[in-house]
Amino acid sequence: MSRDQSAVSFRGVERHFGPVRAVDGVDLDVAPGEFFAMLGPSGSGKTTCLRLVAGFEQPSAGRITIFGEAVEGVPAYRRPVNTVFQDYALFPHMNVLENVCYGLKIRGVGRSERQRLGREALALVKLAGMETRRPAQLSGGQRQRVALARALVVRPKVLLLDEPLGALDLKLREDMQGELKGLHRRLGLTFIFVTHDQGEALSMADRVAVFNNGRIVQVGPPAEIYEKPRTRFVADFVGGSNVIEPATVKAWTGTARAASLRPEKVAVLGAGYSPPAGAIAVEGKVAEVLYHGPTNRIELATGIGRLVAAAPAAGGPTLSTGAAVRAVFAPEALHLMDDG
Amino acid sequence: MSAAAIELPQPRERLLRRISDVLVARHGFYLLLLLVPPLLWLGVVYLGSLFALLAESLFSIDDFSGVVIREPTLATFGQLLQPANFDVIVRTAAIAATVTVLAGFIAFPIAYYAARYARGRTKALFYLAIMMPLWSSYLVKVYAWKLLLAKEGAIGWVFDHVGLRPLLDAFLGIPVIGGPSLSTSYVGMVLVFLYLWIPFMVLPIQAALERVPINLIEASADLGASPGQTFRTVIFPLALPGIVAGAIFTFSLTLGDYIVPEIVGPSSLILGQVVYIQQGTAGNIPLAAAFSVVPILIMGLLLTIAKRMGAFDAL
Repeated sequence: MSRDQSAVSFRGVERHFGPVRAVDGVDLDVAPGEFFAMLGPSGSGKTTCLRLVAGFEQPSAGRITIFGEAVEGVPAYRRPVNTVFQDYALFPHMNVLENVCYGLKIRGVGRSERQRLGREALALVKLAGMETRRPAQLSGGQRQRVALARALVVRPKVLLLDEPLGALDLKLREDMQGELKGLHRRLGLTFIFVTHDQGEALSMADRVAVFNNGRIVQVGPPAEIYEKPRTRFVADFVGGSNVIEPATVKAWTGTARAASLRPEKVAVLGAGYSPPAGAIAVEGKVAEVLYHGPTNRIELATGIGRLVAAAPAAGGPTLSTGAAVRAVFAPEALHLMDDG
Repeated sequence: MSAAAIELPQPRERLLRRISDVLVARHGFYLLLLLVPPLLWLGVVYLGSLFALLAESLFSIDDFSGVVIREPTLATFGQLLQPANFDVIVRTAAIAATVTVLAGFIAFPIAYYAARYARGRTKALFYLAIMMPLWSSYLVKVYAWKLLLAKEGAIGWVFDHVGLRPLLDAFLGIPVIGGPSLSTSYVGMVLVFLYLWIPFMVLPIQAALERVPINLIEASADLGASPGQTFRTVIFPLALPGIVAGAIFTFSLTLGDYIVPEIVGPSSLILGQVVYIQQGTAGNIPLAAAFSVVPILIMGLLLTIAKRMGAFDAL
């Protein structure tokens, strides 16, 4: 993708805070209309990257372009992007409609037109009828929608979302994920979404960039990130994969590289069952069984270290801690990674 | 060491711990204990004396004998409208308003800097600089200013030496606010008031500005507002309760003061001095009381207007 076609493009971008390199050489291209997720643990530089796009931070090195235009030195209020803040940042002295209409008022849109567009935006996020409420009178989920309407009403070219679902409870978060995805499809805008929740990133985004220590360690579609992690960090951070050490992998496949093995690809067989032909079997003992609803998470202590298996909870023998078992998986389930 | 091996002793059943049990169980009793001392103070000592004062203002004085006639009448309040007395009220309110507005303009940038930019050591220095004038005696400060402002004082000396004495004289020649010297003019009086009350304006504004979350300012910029627009539409409205609080302090402190105008400024009296004279040398307690009611009424009026204008909406 050439950078002229990109909605947002980073080239060698760095941001230092004193001796700390919060962003340390990031290159990325976000395509127009894409739902792009920045995923990483706290302190990995993903939020700083978002703030660099918004204009709240200036890069210490490198170039950022938004739809082909360099934004170096362009203040936040002159950028064609809008942000949904993590804690919503609604103006406490304005009611819901005034909050939503704020950007229109700043742009000099007339009062009646402004209110029409504001009501339209509120309807879009299913908050019609809440116009005269104060932010303090709203629930977390409603505030989140107001923040979304306020950012969308000014028709940004890129919508930036900074952990927008982080403060919501699980049920609401799942609902909002669906709604955000639906909004994205209907509006056709570019969304850049920052999150530390791998489930959120995988379920919503077209592409995911995994951040660690101020760098992007892998970019790709969710399935690729999940199925084919390139490093131990990605394997572990996204989906909590088993990492098999190179020596063991060499014994099994002949290649001395670390491999990722997803827990759901590991079957646990009791002592009396024999593994199918061609499968790799590892002897071990059950260390812990955690009930997760649809699945059981079974932690095994084996000769090659700790292995985690995820097995459907219904049916199957009940495993007790200390039971001698075999972890069984197909050789194809091993995904060889870049690092040794 | 296994967990079962450790036997932790229970906290000892001391008297205070038992009292706590009672207070925790009976919330109403706890609140009563909390509020009785301040309510006694506020109710009896403060409000009691205030109502005694107000009651006094409804009495009148026998012009001939100087004896207080203890019959309710509005005649004493009527005297406030006599030109000489009304002048005092208008003059005092004008001075207090001038001091308040000027203090607001001087204090805001200081408070803004302290709230938004000063960190660590700079912030400590800021508090020191703002609070230090409050540590020395009020009278010493006022007399020091009288010396600075006097015709042969430090300020005059500087103007003499840079050859700007004519400028100072021209300034003092302005009717009403000018006078023979800075120390005998309203300009001098306002300057001293400003110096004295600035901390009371800076601190509430600074506290209000500190409570404006940085992300609201970012959100405003994000939605396209220039720094000036953000200031007018977000920062200022959110700081307004602090500004009003500071204005209440400076305005009411100026309204009630009687020492500064005694030492600095022209000979015409302002409200505090009149109260002082009426209850002392003149022995007209009812008129002194009636004058004392005026600042209360003015403040009540101002607060009502401020509330109507939405100054407290963000609280």
